[in-house]
Amino acid sequence: MDDNLIPLILGMAAVTYGPRLLPFLFLGNTQIPKPVNAFLKCIPVAAIGALIIPGVMTATPDMPAAALLGMGFTAVYGFFKGGIIVPVLGSVGIAYLALAGLG
Amino acid sequence: MEKQEIQGAIKAGIPIFIGYFPAAVAFGILAKTTGVSLVEAFLFSAVVFAGASQFIALNLLATGMGPTGIILTTLLVNFRHFLMSAYLSTRIKEKLKKYYLVLAFGVTDEVFSVLSFTKGPLTKGFVFALQMSAYSGWVSGTLCGYLLGGFMPLILSQSMGVALYSLLLAILMPELKISRLSLFLALSSGLLNWLLMYLDFLPKGWSIIVCILVIAAAGAALTLNHPQKEPLDG
Repeated sequence: MDDNLIPLILGMAAVTYGPRLLPFLFLGNTQIPKPVNAFLKCIPVAAIGALIIPGVMTATPDMPAAALLGMGFTAVYGFFKGGIIVPVLGSVGIAYLALAGLG
Repeated sequence: MEKQEIQGAIKAGIPIFIGYFPAAVAFGILAKTTGVSLVEAFLFSAVVFAGASQFIALNLLATGMGPTGIILTTLLVNFRHFLMSAYLSTRIKEKLKKYYLVLAFGVTDEVFSVLSFTKGPLTKGFVFALQMSAYSGWVSGTLCGYLLGGFMPLILSQSMGVALYSLLLAILMPELKISRLSLFLALSSGLLNWLLMYLDFLPKGWSIIVCILVIAAAGAALTLNHPQKEPLDG
């Protein structure tokens, strides 16, 4: 790439940092009304659901089933045993096996 | 910072590092194939520090889009962090605003997700240590991918694509186990997002924002009417 990308990178950094910072400056120490608080408390679950679906369907573009098999492992292991490291590494391992064996 | 706090942050930080590193490796590889220099690839990860939008930026660069269009797209794609910071600002109580300047930089999807499901008050030391583990995984992964990506089998780098999704699911799992409302909300949000992506009338990144607004509002309405069903007690 011949163009200098530094201005682009700085611009992207600014528009990423701004929205991340503003709520802290405005909401930081104010008392939040109950309905708004109930709304904010539901944000994590809503956000994670939308972050996973449907993106996971294209996580392994050549063979979507590989990612889904990996996620299946994460769901089952996470349900019965919990934790994060084993579910994450296990899902990568299973996706690898699926891609290597069936692809 | 208390010793216990550091230990807790490291324990929570390792999985994030493990999830971020392979995704960043993929970014490093793609940056190289797009023709971005090593320094620029490093700066993308070190200064922007926002996974999805960095990948999108590479795609747009490859299509020949100019900086203004890419920066606008980045704003739209990353605006969901506004909502995540709004949530976190109710959990991180800090009298001095200067700390917010630092902590806000590290509000990524995964850091936000881990913090959401960390019980008890969030101290600035814990948040910062967690963010540093994410940041170090992201930046070091980018460099490794750029420099060593050519030596890595394609199947391995492809299979790592599932890591971030798996990380998010593993973070959410304990909550889904104890709350049927949370399970319902998470699934609804995913299905709504799927529908919106399929209909494809919103700018890139905005379907997630619509999902958060709609589903969190529905969740709030349900919890206010049935207080015992509150999904989180963070």
